[in-house]
Amino acid sequence: MSGRALRAWAWAAMVLVGLAAPYLVYPVFAMNVLCLALFASAFNLLLGYAGLLSFGHAAFLGSAAYVTGITLRTWGLPTELGVLAGTAVATLLGLVFGALAIRRSGIYFAMITLGFAQLVYFLVVQLPWTGGEDGLQGIPRGKALGVLALDGPITTYYFVYAAFLAGFWLIQRAIHSPFGHVLRAIRENEPRALSLGYDVARYKLLAFVLSAALSGLAGSLKAVVLQFASLSDVHWHRSGEVVLMTLLGGMGTVLGPSVGALLVVTLENYLADVGSWVTVITGAVFVACVLAFRRGIVGEVRALVRRSFIGGKP
Amino acid sequence: MQALFGQLLVGLINGSFYALLSLGLAIIFGLLNVVNFAHGAQYMMGAFAAWMAATYLGVGYFWALLLVPAAMGLVGVAVERLLLRRLYGLDNLYGLLLTFGLTLIAEGLFHQAYGNSGSTYPVPAALRGGVNLGFMYLPLYRAWVVVVSVVVCAASWFVIERTKLGAYLRAGTENPRLLQAFGVNVPLMFTLTYGFGVALAAFAGVMAAPVYQVTPLMGSSVIMVVFAVVVIGGMGSIAGSIFTGIGIGLVEGLTRYLYPEASSVVVFVVMALVLLVRPAGLFGRQR
Amino acid sequence: MSRIPRVACCLAALLAAPTLAADKVSDGVVKIGVLTDMTGYYSDLAGPGSVLAARMAIEDFGGKVLGKPVQLVSADHQLKADVASNTARKWFDQEQVDVIADLVSSSTAGAVMPVAAEKKRITLLSGPGTTAFTGEKCTAYNVHWTYNNWALANGTGREVVRQGGDTWYFVTADYIFGRSLEEDTTKVVKAAGGKVLGFARHPSPGTTDFSSYLLQAQSSGAKIVGLANAGADTVNCIKQANEFGVTPKQSLAGLLVFITDVHSLGLDTAKGMYLTTAFYWDMNDETRKWSERFFAKHKKMPTMVQAGVYSSVMHYLKAVQAAGTDDADAVMAKMKATPVNDFFAKNARIGPDGLLRHDMYLARVKAPGASKKPWDYYEIVKTIPAAEAFPTVEQQACPLAKSASPAVMKK
Repeated sequence: MSGRALRAWAWAAMVLVGLAAPYLVYPVFAMNVLCLALFASAFNLLLGYAGLLSFGHAAFLGSAAYVTGITLRTWGLPTELGVLAGTAVATLLGLVFGALAIRRSGIYFAMITLGFAQLVYFLVVQLPWTGGEDGLQGIPRGKALGVLALDGPITTYYFVYAAFLAGFWLIQRAIHSPFGHVLRAIRENEPRALSLGYDVARYKLLAFVLSAALSGLAGSLKAVVLQFASLSDVHWHRSGEVVLMTLLGGMGTVLGPSVGALLVVTLENYLADVGSWVTVITGAVFVACVLAFRRGIVGEVRALVRRSFIGGKP
Repeated sequence: MQALFGQLLVGLINGSFYALLSLGLAIIFGLLNVVNFAHGAQYMMGAFAAWMAATYLGVGYFWALLLVPAAMGLVGVAVERLLLRRLYGLDNLYGLLLTFGLTLIAEGLFHQAYGNSGSTYPVPAALRGGVNLGFMYLPLYRAWVVVVSVVVCAASWFVIERTKLGAYLRAGTENPRLLQAFGVNVPLMFTLTYGFGVALAAFAGVMAAPVYQVTPLMGSSVIMVVFAVVVIGGMGSIAGSIFTGIGIGLVEGLTRYLYPEASSVVVFVVMALVLLVRPAGLFGRQR
Repeated sequence: MSRIPRVACCLAALLAAPTLAADKVSDGVVKIGVLTDMTGYYSDLAGPGSVLAARMAIEDFGGKVLGKPVQLVSADHQLKADVASNTARKWFDQEQVDVIADLVSSSTAGAVMPVAAEKKRITLLSGPGTTAFTGEKCTAYNVHWTYNNWALANGTGREVVRQGGDTWYFVTADYIFGRSLEEDTTKVVKAAGGKVLGFARHPSPGTTDFSSYLLQAQSSGAKIVGLANAGADTVNCIKQANEFGVTPKQSLAGLLVFITDVHSLGLDTAKGMYLTTAFYWDMNDETRKWSERFFAKHKKMPTMVQAGVYSSVMHYLKAVQAAGTDDADAVMAKMKATPVNDFFAKNARIGPDGLLRHDMYLARVKAPGASKKPWDYYEIVKTIPAAEAFPTVEQQACPLAKSASPAVMKK
């Protein structure tokens, strides 16, 4: 079986599972997984392909959620416009933060993005129209495209699923395009890419903005799904969580972040009763991933499949 | 005017804690190239250790000030030997992620054991009371915090910049392989440096125990500011982190006087502005 | 509402005919959910203690109602409104939870109430304080059990002004609960002839150093520094007020202080402070008896929130028994029709707005010398009768109270 055929199968399986999901599991849970899977995939575009670890991605998810909440609840705009507005604000924010942050790399980059995210967090806490600790509650789901009333969980699920697939497809296209190849070249050896004549800063910025925009899309969808925008969406724990999802699933793999998101959300869902053990377990998973298991689940599986089916080098 | 001086003095006190914490971060980062995310958790554990020592063993404050950093330093040594060491060949982001995971574990465990409302650690009898400065009443203990932090920071700076041991450390930062070739046991130096950084965090924790409530989350509320301090100061710069720590405390105090709503944001605004002008931070080397 | 046969309630309680009631209990089980803060800033005053209180209520009731088992589920909302609303939705949609108790912190309660009303399930608020939960935000399926900000402001605020504390400065937690507590108290202070000189608002949770806010309070020269915050914030404020010499010259008024806070502060620091509470363990034989049972299992005396959880769950179960069904409309009607009479409240009634009006107590923290035994912390200065302790239905402006029919509120 060739790598291409394998990828096609993986795609087909994912689409089918996605279509059937709301009948198999609790739809709100499934939607939550989709939103965070999109978030993690967008994050992975930056970490896994451009090699930039942002520790402030919650800023994009959260600010988009708030903007969507305000446009839908206060201004009563149609759902898709609210989602677009949220995504647009996250994109702009990504442009500003990205332009400042990509001037450094590695650890510095991580710290700077973390600092910016904290700035956003405190602004959200303080600004009068974000509801502070209470967040924005009771965001109406409204009607998609003016006709499709998103009141039932199943309808909403397919709306979110369509948006997820669109975002996911875009990421996949970006990864396999020449743009994606240049990103990987930068990740592997930045001076070399620079000497080959690539405008490295531009590529990095573009990747950052794209990642921010799709994180924003995920945040907007999340606000529609849960009818909620809250401080935990902009908190640095959220930024850490998306790193965990990506790491656990496998950074630099297309499906990894989604697998990671599924696992993390499930973990949090089923361990909700055991209190702070969730934090301990999350931390332990983090440590295990970093020490023993850096390729993540999908990365390990891929390596295994390559070894046994193709026989080539991993 | 009275209020302004008061706020500035409070800023100075907070700044001493920032300086103490960012000093430890800077030392670890300088040599190991690891952002020790667990620094906040280690500070919290220092405070808890002091409280536990007092509650279960009857150890007093001044002994705790010596024993707790030593014990936590050993914990740091163990962490470096058992975990962090495995990551040295890799991208240094993994060090950040590992310590992030350790932070979650530590916070979760202390949560589970002690809840979140926290425990009270008494101010040592010798440092109770205060002086009336005219514009404000300065508790003796807070003055002690400022003095001790300045002394510890100055001593650390002196050791690193002016002694032979410090010279090794600085050389290790520049080129560990070369230093190894000169016969210096670099891995041991790494271990001890991490241990020392952790001990500093724990020391700050013991200092903080009598003034702040000892809670599992006390570290995570202060560590974000300290990270920003380190970024502003220039990562890895010892003097930079000390001066920036105190400076940021004062800026916060000034903001509290002028426009209190912005006081929790101001440090990050300063960070953004500094990065605009000097991407490597105020005291960092532009590479 | 009249489709439920009106059986004499005592008889029904004694007979508990299982065959008759079999189809009256949805899904064959009555499920009580305790949604609280298990690990965060309020986990001491609610948290595991609230879960224990609910479990005690179920055990004391006999573990069964109408012949069907009563089950308890609990979850940690981590003080996050989104987690609370998601958990509630999941409980209602998937786990057939009939009623949610506690809901400490206003932001989580505010998030869960509309979900519950939409799904026609009952909320029994014990932990949160926002007065509007039985005012403009009221729902037909909600009872606010233990205290609200109005009662705290009124109890502490009025008494302190009466004793000469007529100039105030607030240190306020900057979120809905703190701001509303500050506003309510401001009204009370002004109505009693006092003056409010200003306020300082701190981010919450997350502030550990209050010295700068206290300095502002100090330079205002107010006689009273009102602490419109809760939990660890209040504890830290009180501690640091002592340290910075605020307290000898100015007095503190803790607007929401729990016995667990006093316990962690120690009497030396907290002595002399006034506070308003709905419950104190050492008031009479009944409260002592229950509290000592609680203490035996929890190793801490119950807070008013935890006592309120027990009382509210017990009242709910009795109402299910009496109504002969777990249908939310019928049970709510029964709960409102029956007065509450237990160790927590005497002859208290739930108004059409959903507020349980019961006596409140103004207490003063004892000095270390006056404390004779462990947890001997309060001296009850005054009993504030229910009619004075809580706002009237008219003052509350709950839309439901006017129409009087339990219609679903949609927001």
